[in-house]
Amino acid sequence: MTLSTDIEALPQPVETTTEAALPRASRPVPIAVISTITVVAIIGLWGLASAYALVSPVFLPSPRQVVIALYNLVVTGFVDSTLAEHVGASLYRIFGALIASILIGIPAGIAIGTSRVGRGILDPIVEFLRPLPPLAYLPLVIIWVGIGEASKITVIALSMLPSIILSTSAGVRGVSKDHVNAARSLGASKRQVLTEVVLPSAVPSILTGIRIALGAGWTTLVAAELVAATSGIGFMIQSAAQFLVTDIVIAGIIVIALIAILLEFIARLIERRLVPWASHR
Amino acid sequence: MSILTFRNVSLRYPPRAGRGGAAEKLVLDGINLQVASDELVAIIGRSGSGKTSLLNLAAGFLEPTSGSITVDGVPIKGPNADRAVVFQDDALYPWLDARDNIALPFKLKGVPLAERREKAQQLLERVGLADAGDRRIWELSGGMRQRVGIARALAAEPRFLLLDEPLGALDALTRTRMQAFLLRIKAESGAGALLITHSIEEALLLGTRVVVLSPNPGRLTAEIEAGFNAEVLNGTPVATVKASPLFKRMHAGLNGLIQSTTDEELAA
Ligand SMILES: Nc1ncnc2c1ncn2[C@@H]1O[C@H](COP(=O)(O)OP(=O)(O)O)[C@@H](O)[C@H]1O
Ligand SMILES: [Mg+2]
Repeated sequence: MTLSTDIEALPQPVETTTEAALPRASRPVPIAVISTITVVAIIGLWGLASAYALVSPVFLPSPRQVVIALYNLVVTGFVDSTLAEHVGASLYRIFGALIASILIGIPAGIAIGTSRVGRGILDPIVEFLRPLPPLAYLPLVIIWVGIGEASKITVIALSMLPSIILSTSAGVRGVSKDHVNAARSLGASKRQVLTEVVLPSAVPSILTGIRIALGAGWTTLVAAELVAATSGIGFMIQSAAQFLVTDIVIAGIIVIALIAILLEFIARLIERRLVPWASHR
Repeated sequence: MSILTFRNVSLRYPPRAGRGGAAEKLVLDGINLQVASDELVAIIGRSGSGKTSLLNLAAGFLEPTSGSITVDGVPIKGPNADRAVVFQDDALYPWLDARDNIALPFKLKGVPLAERREKAQQLLERVGLADAGDRRIWELSGGMRQRVGIARALAAEPRFLLLDEPLGALDALTRTRMQAFLLRIKAESGAGALLITHSIEEALLLGTRVVVLSPNPGRLTAEIEAGFNAEVLNGTPVATVKASPLFKRMHAGLNGLIQSTTDEELAA
């Protein structure tokens, strides 16, 4: 409907936008402000939609209801566990998997990055695993490992492994030649070159890999809990959905998002603390 | 007294992959050179003449295609704390502070933490950076970094210092100050030194001998004795030394030698 006027106005916007852009360039609106307005607007629209009952409250509870659901989750819980217990179960799995994948992934990455044989053996395995959606191998892992915690931790660890392995090998291979040569001319053995130069210089890359792995693992975790679990944040959502308790479903989704953001934030904080030099070279 | 000897050394790099299979490139040809503990041999040549290749051979990072490199008659086998290298762009480790960079050679030898920190502190004092030990590498100026690099090389207690344009990246003022510093440090350490530079002035000031490396393939085409380093060591200001007629004459002579090799190359 506004198409014709838009077309007529075509030559002018070029001038108006440049004129309008000038004062804005000198005093730009902070992105954080724009983002805050967006979030507030979405919650506002959501409130309006439920207040005027545009959508049945069964499908879309009001923001108020969700906040109440969240409060009840914290205080009394849902399906036999409080929110803290569900979140605790999920975090236990993800950090168990993280430790396992670090213990396996870093040595594997070093092997790929430093040895032709290691690369030959491990490359095809990593390249096979990397593009697979973790839920594709979850059934097989359940058959092999059973339905308990071990299978979930295994699947999450498998989904984290490729990024840890690849970031380690990239970091190891990216070591500066002068750094290696300097150590050798200062009397370092092959082993010392690895421990004193190659590994430290790979740490920033490894930490980035761990951060990416945490994101991938969190996704896998929730999906795995939807399929096979008796506790955890994903299981809580799945149970609530079966009884059409939509406010808890939405509250659960918000909690998942908040934890993901928190994990990312902590990971970045650790990166900055541990490798302040990464931003200087 | 130790002697580092190049005997008939030549070096070919294999053709670079994916460059239309060009023939192997002869980079150094028939190099004969000796560096004794009481010497600082300066090598000058244009960029691409093979200076870094020659130093990398001395360090043991590369193996000669033919000929031999020995220390006191014993063929070298790869890099060794015998021959510590100072790099043009310092090659300091950013994950370590200045003190721990210098302490690394001690750590490699298994010296306990407290002792190696103390030794590193002594070296920091020797290179005039007593208070900079806790600083991160990126908090140091270019000149300070090279001092740390030199201190780190000294920590290896080498018989030879291999210096690949260590002052090349510094501004003129800092460079002049560092030249006198380098001479003093070298003399105190008792190590022989092989210094690579593309500055004729620097070669003349610092070298007990100056050797010209001419390109394509790299050959040592001239060698002169220079005595100016003794004057600098005795405290004569660098500017005074450079102003002397003898210095100017030798500078012009070396300049002519280097130019003529380039002209021949252009004519060919
Ligand atoms: N790794 C290498 N492989 C092949 N050619 C090389 C390699 N390194 C250096 N060269 C070539 O050898 C020649 C001498 O290089 P280099 O020793 O770095 O000279 P300089 O230090 O005097 O500038 C140059 O022509 C360069 O292109
Ligand atoms: Mg060079």
